[in-house]
Amino acid sequence: MSRGVIKKVAGPLVIAEGMRDANMYDVVHVSEHNLIGEIIEMHGDQASIQVYEETAGLGPGEPVVSLGRPLSVELGPGLISNIYDGIQRPLDEIMKVSGGNGLERGISVPPLPEEKLWDFEPTVSEGAEVTGGDIIGTVQETIVVNHKIMVPPDVKGRVKEIKKGSFTIRDTVAVIETEKGDRELTMTQHWPVRSGRPYKTKMAPKKPLITGQRVIDTFFPIARGGVAAVPGPFGSGKTVIQHQLAKWAEADIVVYIGCGERGNEMTDVLNEFPELKDPKTGESLMERTVLIANTSDMPVAAREASIYTGITIAEYFRDMGYSVALMADSTSRWAEALREMSGRLEEMPGEEGYPAYLGSRLAQFYERAGQVITLGSEEREGALSVIGAVSPPGGDISEPVSQATLRIVKVFWGLDSNLAYKRHFPAINWLTSYSLYLQDMEKWFNANVAEDWMEHRQAMMALLQEESELEEIVKMVGMDALSPADRLKMEAARSIREDFLHQNSFHEVDTYTSLKKQHLMMKLVMAFYDFGVKALADGANIEEIISMPVRESIGRFKYVHEDEIEQAYDKVMAEFAEEGKNIDGKEAF
Amino acid sequence: MPKEYRTIKEISGPLMLIEGVEGVTYDELGEIELVDGEVRRCKVLEVDGTNALVQLFDASTGINLSNSKVRFLGRSMELGVSEDMLGRVFNGLGSPIDGGPEILPEKRMNINGTPMNPAARQYPSEFIQTGVSAIDGLNTLVRGQKLPIFSASGMPHAQLAAQIARQAKVLGKDENFAVVFAAIGITFEEADFFVESFKETGAIDRTVMFSNLANDPAIERIATPKMALTCAEYLAFEKDMHVLVIMTDITNYADALREVSAARKEVPGRRGYPGYMYTDLATLYERAGRQIGKTGSITMIPILTMPEDDKTHPIPDLTGYITEGQIILGRDLYRKGVKPPIDVLPSLSRLKDKGIGEGKTRADHSNTMNQLFAAYARGKDAKELMVILGEAALTEIDIMYAKFADAFENEYVSQGYDNDRSIEETLNIGWKLLSMLPRSELKRIDDKFLDEYYGKQV
Repeated sequence: MSRGVIKKVAGPLVIAEGMRDANMYDVVHVSEHNLIGEIIEMHGDQASIQVYEETAGLGPGEPVVSLGRPLSVELGPGLISNIYDGIQRPLDEIMKVSGGNGLERGISVPPLPEEKLWDFEPTVSEGAEVTGGDIIGTVQETIVVNHKIMVPPDVKGRVKEIKKGSFTIRDTVAVIETEKGDRELTMTQHWPVRSGRPYKTKMAPKKPLITGQRVIDTFFPIARGGVAAVPGPFGSGKTVIQHQLAKWAEADIVVYIGCGERGNEMTDVLNEFPELKDPKTGESLMERTVLIANTSDMPVAAREASIYTGITIAEYFRDMGYSVALMADSTSRWAEALREMSGRLEEMPGEEGYPAYLGSRLAQFYERAGQVITLGSEEREGALSVIGAVSPPGGDISEPVSQATLRIVKVFWGLDSNLAYKRHFPAINWLTSYSLYLQDMEKWFNANVAEDWMEHRQAMMALLQEESELEEIVKMVGMDALSPADRLKMEAARSIREDFLHQNSFHEVDTYTSLKKQHLMMKLVMAFYDFGVKALADGANIEEIISMPVRESIGRFKYVHEDEIEQAYDKVMAEFAEEGKNIDGKEAF
Repeated sequence: MPKEYRTIKEISGPLMLIEGVEGVTYDELGEIELVDGEVRRCKVLEVDGTNALVQLFDASTGINLSNSKVRFLGRSMELGVSEDMLGRVFNGLGSPIDGGPEILPEKRMNINGTPMNPAARQYPSEFIQTGVSAIDGLNTLVRGQKLPIFSASGMPHAQLAAQIARQAKVLGKDENFAVVFAAIGITFEEADFFVESFKETGAIDRTVMFSNLANDPAIERIATPKMALTCAEYLAFEKDMHVLVIMTDITNYADALREVSAARKEVPGRRGYPGYMYTDLATLYERAGRQIGKTGSITMIPILTMPEDDKTHPIPDLTGYITEGQIILGRDLYRKGVKPPIDVLPSLSRLKDKGIGEGKTRADHSNTMNQLFAAYARGKDAKELMVILGEAALTEIDIMYAKFADAFENEYVSQGYDNDRSIEETLNIGWKLLSMLPRSELKRIDDKFLDEYYGKQV
């Protein structure tokens, strides 16, 4: 513990004197209000502190106390379905404690419910040897989440005592006899947010993270344990994509960080998620979700901490052997918070005023994702996938945050405002986006969905590429100048865009598409093109081909309910065969 | 009596350094007394040991290093609020300027407000009928939303904002409403236009006006929107009113922010605006909304003029990232005489989906909206092509789309500033226009709506 006094206050930055004994990154209490801050620089006995709450009314001479430990989160039962601020204060509880709708400062609320009793079911018996990461018991936290109580990473020894029954998170549930004496374990553990939780080994991702979003799963898949970035100008649908992934991604746990974004977006999640059903478990989506909210009107320094708080919670669930997906919306706001603090510290700025360490901080954050073998003798496999939104000023991704992000991430979903203006959503530009996992995922898709998955995907991509080239020509000489074969390509590409890529996230059926349905849709769209090519070769008229009524049925296939896709597919194909006969009398198939 | 200091050390632009102070806190309000007794206000930006750096809210003219006195008031800047503020006019710092009596405040509120707990927000979902088709039909405004108008010099944003303020209503309800209007650095004529428009409809009695005109000190503008929003919060969350806040022009506010930042020699972000401008604007805009357990609401329409019509300029750009959509005015539409010249494609209301549909507007609203957007976008592409290649180069269907685009601009968007269209009317005009296209083209509309409305004119 180190006690000092305030010397200077400038916005969220406070400089305190008499702090010689404090450590870097210690948490401090500032003034009588006990505002929470963190030491980010030391000069002699002066400590620069970023304060996570509003500093109005603070002045020189007020006390500063260091707590002698770094900023940490408390991990244990009670995390799921909770909504936290950037430093893990439960916002629901704050509302009850403060009795108001505003965020008054200096409120201290425990992050996890302390009174609540949890049914602890032991999974080891007395006398067993355990090491860090081993599971000693489980708690059914929600209907879908079985919370595994693990031995903290630094503990190793023999189980001396283990209990069974209902306990609060403050009760001891086990005693471990270690080399350094007995250690009492509760159901919780603390972990400093700025260091990643340890694991045994990292592995290359093998499986895709299924999202039910066609343009993502088919065209630019993200791996389970992978990292993706979604940059885009305002209004291009970044948040909707993040919400869609939080809703439908095939993950056991979802951590959603609203970092410097709109308050109503968090409210939307809070309202909507309890109503939505997870297609896998049939239970409410809130039962697997943890929310971190530092909205844009909340203090800026806590924004910097929020993504670390979020990823530490995500890592904790990964250590239990779960597949965790983390969405951070938006990392640009986090970088701006970094810039603001850097400016107040009078550091030499790098590009556009951002600190020179922007790139390395971003890399450290994204590197905490991955597919790992966890600690513990069981060797569980856990995965943490990270999807970060980026909000480049003016939509121009040549700016430092986008560029630093693109150097790290393997999937880039580039949002395009022109697509958004045309209300083509998700507005992911198919020509500029990429996924470096595509090669690795190819095998999985071909083996687990359909053998011709990748073949169809490549054919569609080639058509879209050709369309963009042909469009240039059309702009100069008009549609009529194109050869029938090129006309057909243009039409097929249009069908790919409108009937396959366009997906309405507000439509009850269209919002999620299973891989099987995606495959059938690809087949339908490509069947039209293949038929057209053949018919043209046989001398059919292009106008007749492109005005086939069956194309409308293909277009409406996306609204077919998942249970009926097989029959609907057969029906459309039958329609197709029937109509095909009338085109210059040629057989379609 | 607070301690008085005669230790002003430096004055530079809007900043002033005072030495040897004690017990001064960050963000504290101060008063400067000139030798002739005139009092001006300032606030503490930074306090370092016994030095306090303050920012003036008035011009620095006449301040003297040796005989001007400074005292600190031990509190942040506050606004005395009361229901009597309705119908009154205040300056940018909250003092009455309409010749009426001083306000007897019911309470004093910190103008910075407190951030709203996201868990305490209530999601905006009540449809507001503005009577403007391009907004109601395509970029629907809901109660508690912040929807800015992105305009540019010389365009009729004031007419549009006044039209919204005049016509806005929630269907089937007759509730307590109020308008809070913040004039931030605009000309007398523009401010007067609003006053006259409020007078015409009688809304003036329900309006609180904060007026910082172009000839008032630029630095006072930093406080003006906060004053207005504090008043709005009081009326909405303590007096259960539905408040519409109109703030014009945010560009002037941002420029004042830049002035202070430059004077402090801060590392500038884009175009010289401070790096914290996003956060600063967010603390204004995020004060709009609805709260759990409260009847009232704050709906916000900030107006900003985009320098050089450039949407990527930091002011519109950062605003767009915070607000829930934007209404963009287009210069080419304005030249064509479209009234109001709303460019619907880049315009957006993020909250529209919660405010429309059965029971709110009409079941077919969402489908037709998407279809109108898609068709208009395609029509505009076709028209562009037509300019280069001539009509002959277009396919038959593209010609239909081009005609649709023209009709859409002339009949749907252009309606005049005095025309108050009901949502039914707006939707029916939409169907009339869509019926210009073959039914097979309307892929985004459900069959049941096509059966009910396509080609049937009411």
